[in-house]
Amino acid sequence: MVDRRAFLGGMRAGAKSVFLWLLLGTYLGLGALAHDLGFSLTWTLVATVLIWAGPTQLIITSMLGTSATTVEIAIAVTLSAVRLLPMVVSLLPLLRTPQTRFRQLILPAHLTAVSLWVEGQRLLPDIAPANRVAFVNGFGAALTITAVVAVLSGYFMARELPTALASALLFLTPLSFMMSLARNSRHLADKLALVLGLLIAPVMAFYKVELDILWSGLLAGTLAFFAWRMRRSRA
Amino acid sequence: MSAAFGDLAPYLALVLLGFLPNEIWRFFGLIVAHGIDERSDTIVWVRAVATAILAGVIAKIVLFAPGTLADVPLTIRVGAVIIGFGAFLAARRSVFVGVAVGEIALMTGAWAAG
Repeated sequence: MVDRRAFLGGMRAGAKSVFLWLLLGTYLGLGALAHDLGFSLTWTLVATVLIWAGPTQLIITSMLGTSATTVEIAIAVTLSAVRLLPMVVSLLPLLRTPQTRFRQLILPAHLTAVSLWVEGQRLLPDIAPANRVAFVNGFGAALTITAVVAVLSGYFMARELPTALASALLFLTPLSFMMSLARNSRHLADKLALVLGLLIAPVMAFYKVELDILWSGLLAGTLAFFAWRMRRSRA
Repeated sequence: MSAAFGDLAPYLALVLLGFLPNEIWRFFGLIVAHGIDERSDTIVWVRAVATAILAGVIAKIVLFAPGTLADVPLTIRVGAVIIGFGAFLAARRSVFVGVAVGEIALMTGAWAAG
């Protein structure tokens, strides 16, 4: 029963995490967005649990809901999700003991997103190594339940609320994602990529460039990368 | 048959275009034996492109607003994002303050515009 206690401890830690509030705002907005773009409630809930990554869910919802091509969506999701790989890799040494089996790590890997990655590094060192997988599963469960309730609420609120409030709900998505991106930007490359992406994408969309999101992402990201490298080589 | 496929199409798209290209990186993370240097040029470039893609999606939601958000005039939407971001920076990068001020700006602007 050690596992169950560790799982509950993880849930409590999740309920106290600052990410709970961020998730609440983000998924309220994503639920409202899915509603307004015509997705079913079931689709929205399945997407939340299966994807479990805010940026990917925003990309698939907004691009599938508008007119993007399937190739463009798949490439945009692939590129945006690469950041999950180093997160899983850096959490693994904290989770794995000599007794841990591979299949026990599949759920923690699925639950890995920026929330678990940041909080895991902070909290796991204080948890006994044998309890860490159960702790992480509990933590992820608390956040997933929050996100499911939030996305459900956002979906219904977009349908029932008066227009003024429903538009404020939809506005949560661009605001919360933009601030989170800015907060997570450490390098000059990240900061420039954010600013250039915000500026170049509308220009490409305005001129109806095909695969606009993809090209603007590659262009803005690559420009930002070279600016960062030039500054580094000069330093 | 085609009706059933019509119902399933969004789920097929979700799994093929959303779930798989997303989850594969978590799975790779499990089987990669060695650590990855967060400072390597490739990782920095990928992160920059990922950030810019998301920035582009955000910008398009603000400019070509979906659903009821389209009822709020464009200048007010853009203005509210700028005000919210200013508040975020002024409040030492507090996401909560930035989102709250941006929302207040949007609602005030929409109300004033009638």
